[in-house]
Amino acid sequence: MSDHAHNAPPNPYLEPRRTQAETRALEERVAKLEQALIEKGIVSRDTLDHVAEIYENDIGPMNGARVVARAWTDPAYKQRLLENATAAIAELGYSGLQGEHMVVVENSANVHNVVVCTLCSCYPWPVLGLPPTWYKSPPYRSRVVIDPRGVLAELGLDLPADIEVRVWDSSAEIRYLVLPERPRGTESSSEAELAALVTRDAMIGVAKVEA
Amino acid sequence: MNGVHDLGGMTCFGPVVAEENEPVFHGDWERRVLAITVAASGALGPLDYRRHGIERIAPAQYLRSSYYENWLARIEILGLETGLITEQELSSGHAERQTDTHPPTIEELDAVIMGGRRADRDAGRLEPRFAVGQRVRARNLNPAGHTRLPRYVRGRLGMIHAIHGTHVFPDTNAHGNGENPQPLYSVRFSATELWGPAAASRDHLFIDLWEDYLEPLGETADE
Repeated sequence: MSDHAHNAPPNPYLEPRRTQAETRALEERVAKLEQALIEKGIVSRDTLDHVAEIYENDIGPMNGARVVARAWTDPAYKQRLLENATAAIAELGYSGLQGEHMVVVENSANVHNVVVCTLCSCYPWPVLGLPPTWYKSPPYRSRVVIDPRGVLAELGLDLPADIEVRVWDSSAEIRYLVLPERPRGTESSSEAELAALVTRDAMIGVAKVEA
Repeated sequence: MNGVHDLGGMTCFGPVVAEENEPVFHGDWERRVLAITVAASGALGPLDYRRHGIERIAPAQYLRSSYYENWLARIEILGLETGLITEQELSSGHAERQTDTHPPTIEELDAVIMGGRRADRDAGRLEPRFAVGQRVRARNLNPAGHTRLPRYVRGRLGMIHAIHGTHVFPDTNAHGNGENPQPLYSVRFSATELWGPAAASRDHLFIDLWEDYLEPLGETADE
């Protein structure tokens, strides 16, 4: 089914779709909304900055990378992670909005997992932060369920035919994190060194971890 | 609602191309929309109602807009619908009148961000009707309102992979018709069952479906 992709038109979601005037109009619309909500006492300006800073500085894929590195180096932790991911992730201090009900799915020599939300943009915020644009856009959401191998190949991951691909569509409040395979040649690496290798894309399931 | 947001299985949108070194926000306005979305989420209503707000954006606009543009439109749609804000206030950027609530404090927002809002319940339908390993069919339902049953699994045969406990039912909760908590299942479908013989025979799709989306299958039916 991969040849669908080659017949499709160019991806409109990558082209600049706003003129400068349109962007200014958007900025003005947001500024008015924000000011009106502040004056009405629905939100306050200092809390808005506080919320944004949390997602800029404290919550991101470095959290998930620590979870993965711990699982690679501590078999008992890995077992807890696969049995009750929410609790095991909370052991490392990560919890909250869009991660209330976590499930970790493990890649192996025979199985490759990849995560999507076809209906909106569900994503495990506490461990991966806010999702990248491609994850939320129609090309990925529409096609990774019908042609996962073609989508993964476009993103640079060619999977052999004898591997089972498992696609996880996040249709409820369960949030999925992929536990990638530990790369060969990292036997002597420390947990911190391993965490530095783990990428966001590997934890969504659109890449492997490279040593 | 059979809306344009239900994208699974469409192949007309072109290749997936990732932006290199993508920033968390592409501009200050995106940062502000995210912050307002989180900070005002309590005031705008239940999660399922807020999700349905995005689904009610006009189809062409939904596809043409970026994620944060759709989030912005959602705040406006739901703000007007709930009476949180007026057309006049949106166009002037100033309040006509104060609300009698106080805005959430940093401590209250930290509690939401770090504590989350669980969707499981210890009340409602607690005994699962289906067992792990049991074959089921996703029902062919086409509700006019919010649903989390995508078109691409309707009528298809799958197998119960796991039981997640009892969760709030979006189809009723989005419309003020109660949480109706009921068992939520991870259901496994083969790629060939969903997409036909051209799909890879080894591959599977897993999706979380509520009990009311599923019906049992006779012993003799084939997956």
